[in-house]
Amino acid sequence: MKKQKEKGKKLNPIDNKIIDEKFGAIFAEAQRRKKERQNNSIPKIHIGLSTCGIAAGAMETKTAFEETLSQRGIEAQIHCVGCIGHCYAEPWVIIENSESGFPPIFYPQVTAGKAKMLTKLYLEEGDPRLEHILGAMEENEMIPSVWEFSRFSKEKRIVMDLCGKIDPDDINEYIAEDGYSSWAKALKSPPDEVLKQVLGSGLRGRGGAGFLTGKKWELALKQTHLEKIVICNADEGDPGAYMDRTILESNPHQVLEGLALCAYAIGAHKALFYVRAEYPLAVKTIQNAISQAMESGIIGKDILGSGFDLEMDVFQGSGAFVCGEETALILSMEGSRGMPYHRPPYPAERGFQGLSTVINNVKTLAAVPPILKNGASWYRQTGTPESPGTAIFSVVGNVTHPGLVEIPMGVTLRTLIFDICGGIPDKKKFKAAQIGGPSGGCLPEEFLDTPIDFDSLIEAGAMMGSGGMVVLDEDTCMVDVAKYFLDFTQKESCGKCTFCRIGTWHLLSILQRLTIGEGQEGDIEKLEQLSHDIKNGSLCGLGKTAPNPVLTSLKYFREEYEAHIKEGCCPAASCRALSAYYIDLDKCARGCDACVGCCPVDAVFTTSNRKKGIDQQLCVKCGECKVHCPPDYNAIFRISPAHLAPIIERPKEENQ
Amino acid sequence: MVQILVDNNIIEAENGANLLQTCLENGIYIPNLCYLNDSQEPFAACRLCFVEIDGHPVAACTQKVSEGLQVQTDTSAVRSLQKTAFRLLLSVHEIKCKECSANKRCDLQRIAKFLKVGLKPKGLEIRLKDPGLDSGHPYLIVDQNRCVLCGKCVQVCLQKHGHSYLTFAKRGFDTVISGYIEPDDIPLTFSGCTLCIDICPVMAISLKEGIKS
Repeated sequence: MKKQKEKGKKLNPIDNKIIDEKFGAIFAEAQRRKKERQNNSIPKIHIGLSTCGIAAGAMETKTAFEETLSQRGIEAQIHCVGCIGHCYAEPWVIIENSESGFPPIFYPQVTAGKAKMLTKLYLEEGDPRLEHILGAMEENEMIPSVWEFSRFSKEKRIVMDLCGKIDPDDINEYIAEDGYSSWAKALKSPPDEVLKQVLGSGLRGRGGAGFLTGKKWELALKQTHLEKIVICNADEGDPGAYMDRTILESNPHQVLEGLALCAYAIGAHKALFYVRAEYPLAVKTIQNAISQAMESGIIGKDILGSGFDLEMDVFQGSGAFVCGEETALILSMEGSRGMPYHRPPYPAERGFQGLSTVINNVKTLAAVPPILKNGASWYRQTGTPESPGTAIFSVVGNVTHPGLVEIPMGVTLRTLIFDICGGIPDKKKFKAAQIGGPSGGCLPEEFLDTPIDFDSLIEAGAMMGSGGMVVLDEDTCMVDVAKYFLDFTQKESCGKCTFCRIGTWHLLSILQRLTIGEGQEGDIEKLEQLSHDIKNGSLCGLGKTAPNPVLTSLKYFREEYEAHIKEGCCPAASCRALSAYYIDLDKCARGCDACVGCCPVDAVFTTSNRKKGIDQQLCVKCGECKVHCPPDYNAIFRISPAHLAPIIERPKEENQ
Repeated sequence: MVQILVDNNIIEAENGANLLQTCLENGIYIPNLCYLNDSQEPFAACRLCFVEIDGHPVAACTQKVSEGLQVQTDTSAVRSLQKTAFRLLLSVHEIKCKECSANKRCDLQRIAKFLKVGLKPKGLEIRLKDPGLDSGHPYLIVDQNRCVLCGKCVQVCLQKHGHSYLTFAKRGFDTVISGYIEPDDIPLTFSGCTLCIDICPVMAISLKEGIKS
């Protein structure tokens, strides 16, 4: 009893019994519903309906299923789930048709037409149309399973385990999968038990910096004189990163549970989700999750009879990238302009409205319930000693199977890009991976065997960031990539400090000159010096990391910068001003007009011997002709510098 | 009181006092534009007041004085950052000193003299705003090509009136100080308060014609 008193929580067996009873009833009801669904033998169609799925046409697919089912009088249940992270397969469905004798089957790219066909041929006639499947969802004797595919089997899902399996709008589905069991368990023990587990797990913040989550909580816990608030940072803004959105849209309750556990651990009675307004579905999903959790008594007043109160709400950010930085986030919630300020004081010491504030990323919080459920040492079994657990990347760019991938920390870039994501399409060569978004860096081929963890990536010159990864093939110009990211950070700088506001603009301006062939001797040194000073002189993390894309591309691809400046040559033949398209007359076929028809500016003409040429004066270098040239001929090439393109005279009579 | 060592001078100051202010009060000049005396939360935006502590350049305005603190104000790392920050500010500043009301009272001129650099942003492209004058405020004009975005005007207005009628607007390179009145605010009339005009280190704010101070 003495120990319990010290922890400031009344803890007696009666309380625990009440919690067990109340949560037991909720869990039993969720289980009953799950069993009812399982025992129902009608076919089930699971459709991924996150923003990405909807953008790919999943709503039309769903409507097509509904219409065809009702037209043909077939009884089936459509189950709307979140995203499983396999972007290349959108819109996808999993059909469970147990009466057919087949296991559940995963179908990729199910358009409305395919949905109609599958309803008729599989659900009505029992033919699963094997030519359209990706695989079965479980091992079986009849058809290959998706687990033979490394995109599935090499992942390890801790945070995203339930994403794409449950209906995010139904709390019972989460509870039936043991959801909120960590929460009910935590409420029965003193708050420092939660903190102990999180500290012991070695969980590091997934927002980018990799600060120990438990340490952050501990700092807040020490502010005994202050009231506390916890905030889930879902202001995800890196170009090409969408992990947080997917998790919130696919399994909001796991994040909510993590946030509740954080609040309990530090003694906060208020919790907020800071979600950017550009994520309307995520906002709606999390709002719905909060109200369902309130109704069930899982949050609110006297939670499950424990005496602990917790209020939750959603705050919508207005779309400034810098508001993902915690001090700017706090100011923006207070109604001010989102401009970072100097730390210390850290938000834990003085944060939102003067309260002790803990701000954690979505992925960090979503890792907390599994840690509490299975214990700190279980979590440490995955990943590396210094970076335990899993990393979630959104792998995009030139890869065969892009999407969200959750892998144990320590897996190499090569495994991630080539084994899991299927490598580079079109037999192109790998050139670099831009890791960590605009704050990260590009790593070349020699880093493919670098393990992915917080410290190794920083050592290599990139950073984990929030987990965006853009894979670049040989046709990518690294100067252009650096320009792209600088353009982003320059626009998104809050404008407060000199280095970030003006310095990044100068970096961008130099890079712009380089890509149009106006580079000068000394530009590289200027880029280096400025980058170095911006890194050391800026006020916040955005400025300090903004030059990283320039610094890493200069470090690993310096010869490309030199070629731009000295020879006016873009080695990847990607910069428009420095390159030209031409038609190889030996390969061009007489009579083929594919390139003529697609050219938007009529730059393609017919030569005197009925082959084709490009009028370099008219050409806008859109590349349509190269796309449309039939693969049998493959006659169109891009070359840099532009003057190397062979000159093909336009016949005179056509000119007039 | 505690003792600190700045370059080779022993300085006595109150424990927890602001380092920049302590240096300035003891006659050790450190270039700065955005620091307001006795400010609880230094704005730390101009990035000029670098000093070296434990081998790392840090902004003096964000540091607190503590016993035995050793500070160097004139190292190559410090000067390099100061000169770059200064050049960056000059690359968006209209150099017309002779026609400028701030001539000879301008903090930029003082810093240039101190750092022994000219007023041309060596090696950097000059990019001025067009138009340079912002008359969005009912009775103030802000010269965007003079303004160094130190934010002092916003801070003093906020301190005095509990609400600032000048604010940062736009983002990134385009950020400016501009007048901001809530649509449902009562029309603002000139009360005689010229704090923002007086505090500006480069005299970028002036009263519109016809308004008398």
